[in-house]
Amino acid sequence: MITFMNNSDSEEEPCNERTSLMSAESPPVPSYQDGLQPSEAGEVQAHRKRRTGSSRSPNNIADGNMSDSGVPVREGTLENEEEELTLKYGAKHVIMLFVPVTLCMIVVVATIKSVRFYTEKNGQLIYTPFSEDTPSVGQRLLNSVLNTIIMISVIVVMTVFLVLLYKYRCYKFIHGWLILSSLMLLFLFTYIYLGEVLKTYNVAMDYPTLFLVIWNFGAVGMICIHWKGPLQLQQAYLIMISALMALVFIKYLPEWSAWVILGAISIYDLMAVLCPKGPLRMLVETAQERNEPIFPALIYSSAMMWTVGMAKPDTAARGPSQQTWDAAEDGREDHRSPSHTDSQMSETRSPVPTRPITSFEELEEEERGVKLGLGDFIFYSVLVGKAAATASGDWNTTLACFVAILIGLCLTLLLLAVFKKALPALPISITFGLVFYFSTDNLVRPFMDTLASHQLYI
Amino acid sequence: MTLAVFFGCTFIAFGPALGLFLFTIARDPLRIIILIAGAFFWLVSLLLSSLIWFIAVKASNPQDESLQKGLLIFGVMFSVLLQEAFRFLYYKLLRKAIEGLVALSEDGCSPISIQQMAYVAGVGFGLMSGAFSMINLLADALGPGTVGIHGDSQLYFLTSAFMTMVLIFLHTFWGILFFHGCEHRRWWEITAVVVMHLAVSGSTFCNPLYVGSLVPSYLLMATAAAWAYLLSGGSAQNLRRFLLCLRSGASPQPAS
Repeated sequence: MITFMNNSDSEEEPCNERTSLMSAESPPVPSYQDGLQPSEAGEVQAHRKRRTGSSRSPNNIADGNMSDSGVPVREGTLENEEEELTLKYGAKHVIMLFVPVTLCMIVVVATIKSVRFYTEKNGQLIYTPFSEDTPSVGQRLLNSVLNTIIMISVIVVMTVFLVLLYKYRCYKFIHGWLILSSLMLLFLFTYIYLGEVLKTYNVAMDYPTLFLVIWNFGAVGMICIHWKGPLQLQQAYLIMISALMALVFIKYLPEWSAWVILGAISIYDLMAVLCPKGPLRMLVETAQERNEPIFPALIYSSAMMWTVGMAKPDTAARGPSQQTWDAAEDGREDHRSPSHTDSQMSETRSPVPTRPITSFEELEEEERGVKLGLGDFIFYSVLVGKAAATASGDWNTTLACFVAILIGLCLTLLLLAVFKKALPALPISITFGLVFYFSTDNLVRPFMDTLASHQLYI
Repeated sequence: MTLAVFFGCTFIAFGPALGLFLFTIARDPLRIIILIAGAFFWLVSLLLSSLIWFIAVKASNPQDESLQKGLLIFGVMFSVLLQEAFRFLYYKLLRKAIEGLVALSEDGCSPISIQQMAYVAGVGFGLMSGAFSMINLLADALGPGTVGIHGDSQLYFLTSAFMTMVLIFLHTFWGILFFHGCEHRRWWEITAVVVMHLAVSGSTFCNPLYVGSLVPSYLLMATAAAWAYLLSGGSAQNLRRFLLCLRSGASPQPAS
């Protein structure tokens, strides 16, 4: 989902790093508290919208308006400006998501095409116990459906467990869980990946060097992801761990099960995000009620943020500096310029910060960023990687799936701008991806092969 | 088949398109989206035409060589017509999008004009078409083998690369011509584009007699280029000023 919601679903392994509640450590921005008290009245609906808004700026802007519900007179003009902002920034946000998704897919496809380890059959996860080595098609189909059911149930159980933990404020437990899973991803999976890459290219590396490299990579990764670090480094690490996770799935999920699981998880995503009692929806609502940032470490944030923030922005000083900055931006920021007396405005600017440190300008900038759950990255890459691995060496299929996923993402963002509520990012992209995979592999490939053999061009 | 062949063919086929992309499209997010959507539309048209061809082939006798050849020709022509139909659909979609952008903009004018969209859409179509034609070849070029060992032409990779390049350019120019024709209701421009496309695809039936396919394609490309340039507001004076780097009055560079 295009909010952080999808992070917490699809938790296949107990120590899967998918959600993080760094909010346990990060205090809410004090400067906002002043602004928040008077707006408590409008909070409930504001929170419902703010939940969605926390992940992409059009919705953040939408939230600004929703939280203005206490001041209806401004609603009209702000609506228009909000729409402008939505579209003005719409294209930029789409590209801000295209780039990391593309990078993740490129890493996965490059690895799949070059390192044979990830396409070798070497056992299966315990979550997919049924083997697909049966001779009959019906049996194979049945096994893959059973595998899917088991996998999805595991995911649902994990998500519900996580939501319960969060609801009952077991932050330490969640925190520990997440640290453990990032440790595993950053150290163990990276070690395996590096080992396989070195084997593929027949490069020798001694253990001390290996230890140094892995240690540095992992330690910096832990710090960047869970604490502070330059935004781009954090983004790079998130992309890398998504790619690693996707590679694990591609290796260990049997073929038919993988496709059925992809389909099933899009349906699950759709339900978990849009149904009123969906676990993800409840999770975000709870976080919004508590006014805590949700899972900052496991959402990909494309916001342009300053790296080391100012600890406690001086409320008096930030007003004018904010305005000058705004003026530099676009000159239409009047309705958004903060005045600390303006409670509604300050409320808009307390969406989910990705970093515990907050400075006013940071969050202002951050609003214009977009956030996408790592689960989405992972499943997009699984789809494209599986296409690269199993489409009989055909690059056209991979390319077609890639374009299909990007267009799905674009459409999802468009729908987001239209509906201004949380939307799952998986369904449209995965549907397009699946349709294009099967049709390109079975219909387009013979056509293009025939054309190529006669050197015909269309 | 070496790295040299791989890189050489890649840059012959995609070098100009990459240049176009980097210098004119990569900076603007809206254009990138239009590019990818254009690629998507081309892909859908290919999908539908492959479906038709696949059904036709499955329904026919695989032993009958001339029938298969006939079906292939039919497939190619149908694919070309479908591509142009999807270009028209894309034009309609972009028209609607422009209206939306205008309605939502501050100053009542769209951030991107239909001519720019036409250009980007053309590049999108071209890139996808070129990619689908060339990527598998490039992947094979990295592997072992000898080109033409069974008596086919030894220039297979090179000519494929040149053909891909000319197709990408042609799609770009056809995009401009087509959209211009749709905008100004000049049906003959649209027909000209369709006829040119059919001609280029038809000329590839001469392969491996490359002089029969490459030369006409390049000539058509030059024609289309000149026509698109004139339609986009270029003129001999503009060109002269640009080439001589004059700055008298109007800017020598054509507006992008």
